[in-house]
Amino acid sequence: MPNEPVLALRGVSKRFGAVQALTDVDLEIRPGEVVALVGDNGAGKSTLVKTIAGVHPIDDGAIEWNGRPVQIQRPHDAQELGVATVYQDLALCDNLDVVANLFLGSELRTATVLDEVAMEKRAKELLDTLSIRIPSVRIPVASLSGGQRQVVAIARALIGDPQVVILDEPTAALGVEQTAQVLDLVERLRERGLATLLISHNMADVQAVADRVAVLRLGRNNGVFSVQDTSHEEIIAAITGASDNAVTRRQARTTEASK
Amino acid sequence: MSDLKKTAPDPETPAADVNEDVSGDVKVAAVSPTGAVDPRLLVREQGFKGYANDFVRRVRGGELGSLPVIVGLIIIAVVFQSLNDSFLSASSLSNIGVYTAGLGIMAVGVTFVLLLGEIDLSIGSVAGVGAALWAVLSVTHEMNDWLSVVIAIAVGGLIGLVHGVFFAKVGVPAFVVTLAGFLGWSGLQIWLMGDEGTINTPTGSIVEDLSGYYFADKAAAYAVATVAVLAYLGSLLLDAKRRRAAALPHRPTSEIALRTGVIAVIAFAVAYVLNEPAGARGLPLALVIFLVIVVLADFVARRTTYGRQIFAVGGNAEAARRAGINVDKIRITVFGIAGTLAAVGGLFIASQSGGASKSLGAGNMLMNVIAAAVIGGTSLFGGRGNIWSALLGALVIISIQQGLNLQGMESEVQFMITGAVLLAAVVIDSVSRRTQKTAGRT
Repeated sequence: MPNEPVLALRGVSKRFGAVQALTDVDLEIRPGEVVALVGDNGAGKSTLVKTIAGVHPIDDGAIEWNGRPVQIQRPHDAQELGVATVYQDLALCDNLDVVANLFLGSELRTATVLDEVAMEKRAKELLDTLSIRIPSVRIPVASLSGGQRQVVAIARALIGDPQVVILDEPTAALGVEQTAQVLDLVERLRERGLATLLISHNMADVQAVADRVAVLRLGRNNGVFSVQDTSHEEIIAAITGASDNAVTRRQARTTEASK
Repeated sequence: MSDLKKTAPDPETPAADVNEDVSGDVKVAAVSPTGAVDPRLLVREQGFKGYANDFVRRVRGGELGSLPVIVGLIIIAVVFQSLNDSFLSASSLSNIGVYTAGLGIMAVGVTFVLLLGEIDLSIGSVAGVGAALWAVLSVTHEMNDWLSVVIAIAVGGLIGLVHGVFFAKVGVPAFVVTLAGFLGWSGLQIWLMGDEGTINTPTGSIVEDLSGYYFADKAAAYAVATVAVLAYLGSLLLDAKRRRAAALPHRPTSEIALRTGVIAVIAFAVAYVLNEPAGARGLPLALVIFLVIVVLADFVARRTTYGRQIFAVGGNAEAARRAGINVDKIRITVFGIAGTLAAVGGLFIASQSGGASKSLGAGNMLMNVIAAAVIGGTSLFGGRGNIWSALLGALVIISIQQGLNLQGMESEVQFMITGAVLLAAVVIDSVSRRTQKTAGRT
């Protein structure tokens, strides 16, 4: 397994005025690995994603790309490196068809004239390799189901040949079958050797596809767990901070006392 | 941590990197990993039934497109012809053709703005400024005819760009910016005209020819029809050939033949009516210019990155911005196009009405232009529509006017009927949009 992290955050901090959104956060993502980023509301998940995507530049700390330090100041910098972000509110144009959406902003063209044939061909190949099923690549995105739209949005991120894909709550608004489609796609991203950062509230989803779970709590690292060796409850406890409560403190005291 | 779930790689998934540039070479593509192609992809191969199903799906999904307006045109033709059999006479149809040009050219500009999901209320006033500027420069100041035409059109474009900057950069709603323009530019128009109430079009000037010149040679109309049909056939064949080479679904030869046949019948019927019957004057220059503008605009809208970006901004401006599209640039230039075409239309109107006047472009012209675009099937809500809708919608409005004129009806009836048609068009747009929304969610 290639163990060099493609993207590593080292001691990243971010402030918004008086609010310390991230404090000393570390995160590593390796190729062919799905890392889930979990945390309660306001734990800093979105902020962390935005620092990687270049929406908010970091204040302190370092970002390493394939082992060498890089600066991500603008969304463009992140895209240049090979970070593709799929935001929660899908950035798709409902009125355009699937091909047009996949290539929006990076159309294949000769001079300024669109090369529809080449785009359609490449779109089909991409969707086929990802085993994405949609009725036709030439129907408007508006007539696709929520899951199909999410899948198109993720496929769209792959057009630019990224190495890291960030998925922000990809299953939040989806039904059971549609969630399954998206999770299948996440597994295929891993098979293709992409490093995937999955932000999710849904523990079942996380345990289904993620290799590791990074927990954020109040803007700080609160543990990185291997999904296989960790129980659901332990992760929930890390998210909520439930391990630090009256019961656990009493337990700790009683075990101390009994010694 | 080393237990990366590198589960047995999906045997169906070729390890090939899809991102290698495959656009050029022929591959056995489009065969999905499991071998079975989605059955719903096969619409084109089920013959007539497939087309019928596809059609029903589109109508159910709210994609009516230009269907209502074509039905409407047929109804208009039948009704007026039964009321007065000179409606479909050569001179009447020729008039419809010439008058459609002026209105239609402005409607093309408005269609671009509507595709953005915005509106331009200043069209009539900008047309008036264009006509007035041309008349003052060319007649009063005796400037070169061509130069004054070019200046008038350029000023129209500049006015549009100013609207665009206020809308895109300052963030004032386009409705308000162009409403201010509506007032302000008509003031400029009256000021430009000065003491003159009207400035008549000089004989032999370019602007007179815009609506007054007819290609008397019968060959002209037939040649234009032939070129149009051949160009259409050629583009269909080329497209089918490229798609076949890329192993994509393509139009079968029968469909290409049918489409070309329909276009050929329409084109040659128009050419025949313009040329042959008693009283026919040949192919009007106005119609040629209008068709060239429509074809060019349609190409820009559907086949270029610029057009794709217009649709994207009209569909979801935020998504367009995230995709790296310069939304402000698109917005500003689209208003520039609308202004340019408004000025061109103004020159046509001046040509039809015999000169520039203080009231050119006032009255219900603005409403007619917007109505033309909307009646043709372009959505008021942005992102849906096409340039040909400007032509179809303008045809509807001018046909109604012409029919009612032949009946000797007064303009108040015209207003009411045009108003009702516009309302019907907007209702269809809103209902089909709602249908699309419900069809879009499962």
